[in-house]
Amino acid sequence: MNNQTHSPSMALTGEPPKSLSIGQKLAVFLGISGLGILLLSVFNVRFPNKTLWLTISLLAITIGVIWFSWDAYSKKLPGIKNDGVWFKSISSRGLWGWIAGLALTGFYIVLYFYPEYLGLVSDGENKGVIALFDPLSQLLNGNPASQWFVYGTLYTVAILAFGIKFLWKYRHNRYERLRTISVMFFQTAFAFIIPELMARLNGDKILNGGSLPYYDLKNIWPLNYYNFEGYRIKMFLSSGEIGFALLIFGILSIFVITPILTYKYGKRWYCSWVCGCGGLAETAGDSFRQLSDKSTFAWKVERWVVHSVVVFVTLMTTAVIYSYLGTDSSKYWLTKSTFLIGVAVLLTLVFGWAMIFKRDQLQKDAQYGAIGYFVIILALIGFHFFSGDGEVFLFKSGTLRKSYSFLIGSIFSGVIGTGFYPIFGSRVWCRFGCPMAAILGFQQKLFSRFRITTNGGQCISCGNCSVYCEMGIDVRAYAQKGENIVRSSCVGCGICSAVCPRGVLKLENGPLEGRIDSNQVLLGNDVDLMTLVNQK
Amino acid sequence: MEHIVIIGNGIAGVTAARHIRKLSYKKITIISAESEYFFSRTALMYVYMGHMKFEHTQPYENHFWKKNNIELVHGYVTKVDSQNKLLQIDGAPNLTYDKLIIATGSKPNKFGWPGQDLDGVQGLYSKQDLELLEENAPNNKICKRAVIVGGGLIGIELAEMLRTRDIPATFLVREKSFWNSVLPSGESEMINEHIREHHIDLRLGVSLQEINPDKNGRVKSVTLAETGEEIECNLVGLTAGVTPNIDFLKNSGVELGRGVKVNRYLETNVKDVYAIGDCAEQHEAIGNRRPIEAVWYTGRMMGEALAQTICGNRMAYNPGHWFNSAKFLDIEYQTYGWVFSERNKKENELHFHWRHPEEKICITLAFDKDSGILLGINTFGIRLRHQIFDRWLSEKRTADFVMEHLVDANFDPEFYKNFEAQIVSKYNADFGKSINLKKRNLKRIFQLR
Repeated sequence: MNNQTHSPSMALTGEPPKSLSIGQKLAVFLGISGLGILLLSVFNVRFPNKTLWLTISLLAITIGVIWFSWDAYSKKLPGIKNDGVWFKSISSRGLWGWIAGLALTGFYIVLYFYPEYLGLVSDGENKGVIALFDPLSQLLNGNPASQWFVYGTLYTVAILAFGIKFLWKYRHNRYERLRTISVMFFQTAFAFIIPELMARLNGDKILNGGSLPYYDLKNIWPLNYYNFEGYRIKMFLSSGEIGFALLIFGILSIFVITPILTYKYGKRWYCSWVCGCGGLAETAGDSFRQLSDKSTFAWKVERWVVHSVVVFVTLMTTAVIYSYLGTDSSKYWLTKSTFLIGVAVLLTLVFGWAMIFKRDQLQKDAQYGAIGYFVIILALIGFHFFSGDGEVFLFKSGTLRKSYSFLIGSIFSGVIGTGFYPIFGSRVWCRFGCPMAAILGFQQKLFSRFRITTNGGQCISCGNCSVYCEMGIDVRAYAQKGENIVRSSCVGCGICSAVCPRGVLKLENGPLEGRIDSNQVLLGNDVDLMTLVNQK
Repeated sequence: MEHIVIIGNGIAGVTAARHIRKLSYKKITIISAESEYFFSRTALMYVYMGHMKFEHTQPYENHFWKKNNIELVHGYVTKVDSQNKLLQIDGAPNLTYDKLIIATGSKPNKFGWPGQDLDGVQGLYSKQDLELLEENAPNNKICKRAVIVGGGLIGIELAEMLRTRDIPATFLVREKSFWNSVLPSGESEMINEHIREHHIDLRLGVSLQEINPDKNGRVKSVTLAETGEEIECNLVGLTAGVTPNIDFLKNSGVELGRGVKVNRYLETNVKDVYAIGDCAEQHEAIGNRRPIEAVWYTGRMMGEALAQTICGNRMAYNPGHWFNSAKFLDIEYQTYGWVFSERNKKENELHFHWRHPEEKICITLAFDKDSGILLGINTFGIRLRHQIFDRWLSEKRTADFVMEHLVDANFDPEFYKNFEAQIVSKYNADFGKSINLKKRNLKRIFQLR
């Protein structure tokens, strides 16, 4: 190295490809002005024709995003489009990143805790931005808008507009295109239109005059942690056969449909093809995927936090269901005690199966964690038999439910999960908080045909895969050893495979046999030597 | 405790260190003047392009080295005293060793062009080169045009890098077509088209005469040998290959050729001194390989082999089937076995070539004219499964067999359009065969019973 005298301290900051073209600037302006209309309405600027102004606003946002994408990608040849990602302020935790993060966080705080500032009026006509959405809400479900209707609409617009951006960006990659079309469809149909139309049926004779609870059919317990609460069960049961069918569907979703699909395709069938949280992360959040923390420390935190949430949601749900069940088995077969015993048996079966058949595949600390938590659950259930009426376990079920809804449902999934996109990356919630992802991941790790295959010895350790993994998986750590990637957190977005410059990674479903240890041999070297290298 | 000292913290040296650590408790020290921690050289381009930050190119977290008890020394070895087993290091105290591994990699070739040492003239190999490029070509106001000299893998990477900052680049390639000393003509031609598609000013059959300075000793322009044309530029990238980085070994007693001369055990002529990676030169080439293999994978493989020898299990460097890969702008390239260009191919080597009518996708299959046995394959825009081709090469499968089972080898992402049917029908037409393409079979791919 003859030039080692050259100052190595010089920071790598030139004037890189970070500036926006005129078209992109105009597009941003258009999009922001769409948001501006919404903001003005928050401050009760009266718009004469709500339908017109709402349409203008949503169109401006959508067209702004699409115009931007067209300008950014359509003139370039198909291929990976990550030029300047780490130079741009918005995508590298620069000033704009922080501003966007604060704005989003602020929005979520208002949305969850102060909807009155958005104009929500519980007894009377809405004001502010919520009133602006009234006509659309009337059109779809026949009622005035709520803050959730506003949120749902904007959420869907975001997934559709940024989905188009993503489609353009990855137009050379058919896996990415199909996956994105899928999340766009599920958000629009299942999360947005169908539940709104279902609300129109309420009171109809087809439901025996009953009302269905708001139900996004692809939202599965425990992500949909409130699905089995007393009021919802009552609504399901009072809505005739359709209501009953929906309730059964909710139960089958988690206990039958999910395990089958996860076995066949890995958890990606849900997390990056169907789920709304995943849908937003993959579209609007795509510019932030590289910000996830790849350190082993972050991985450790992830495992503790996300599994704690699973325990929390299981306890909470058990408590809630327990609280509305009766004690007299002659009235209804499912009583408080049979229910608790059922839960205990189910957990024991799952736990026992994992420990007996899959012991070797569990990380050491996952074993400790599992044992610890299992003991706690059993102990708490034991406590029940010694605790008084109206309480379950050690707490009132209502308290448990409220804490969960506040801590996990609002703060974690909304404020931190989405608000912090530009700071911690797009999948903070999915990685650290989502109990659904954790359960699917548990199965993916232990009992699924899905894996990311590493292609022999072709890895050059460049690190593109790790950088662009939104789940913070250090993909390269496996690929450079020639090992397949079988990680519970992997949502199968396929971007590692897309950005790999050497064609090393392939997401695929294959036989369970040899799924994890198949390719420890880095092809290329003497076969005898590689056997030695692989001795542990 | 035996002290193993490794000069160079690239893929070869670091692989050796990791495997020695796996096998033993020996004391290990790695010396590098280039960077504090191991990084992936192949990823430097992505730092300039803004796909990554420099720290992302480091495959191991910083605490890895301490945890594995591998000592890192940041300094430049100026002298190797192999008699006293002593290293003089600029920037760090002298070190003694019991065994020495030389893994110092390469440096860019300079062929004595007039003006090759001017400011604004540089190669692209090291971290320092990247930092220099950031100074020489931060944007298209300071660098209004760049000229790249040498049509190989580094040259095209540099062109791609500069294009991300809208810096116009003129790419001088001595050959009549890009990298046609390695690639068969159909492939080379397709890459020419792709380079031009990216608005890179590709000049074929053109070489550098001299580099002209301005009054401050910076590059002002280059003059072309064939036409005498002068091209104004602010950066000249010298990317005409690399050569072993071994100047510090002169007078050390270690036998040098172009690189450090080693036998199949990667031992030099001096006891307890070894060389691996780009800087090692085999006395005799292994098979079709070159005596000096400046490739990521071979560096890694030599590191694995040498670690065994160092730890008492003397083992020759015995590479398996050749493979390599690269990416030309948007086009991925993989190769398994040997496919030679028209210029270098032997008489018995027959080629089958297929190219997609519109997209930049093609393959070339090389096989023996008489026996039909597979020699190798090149693919552009189609990913192949390494394991499968490695197996087929070992099993000496014929071209017909490869065509029949081609789907098994496909490694493209799910849902991608597959072209095996077109490929096989062209093969049938070209050679008057009637091969029927078999369906993808997981049992065959994963060798299940």
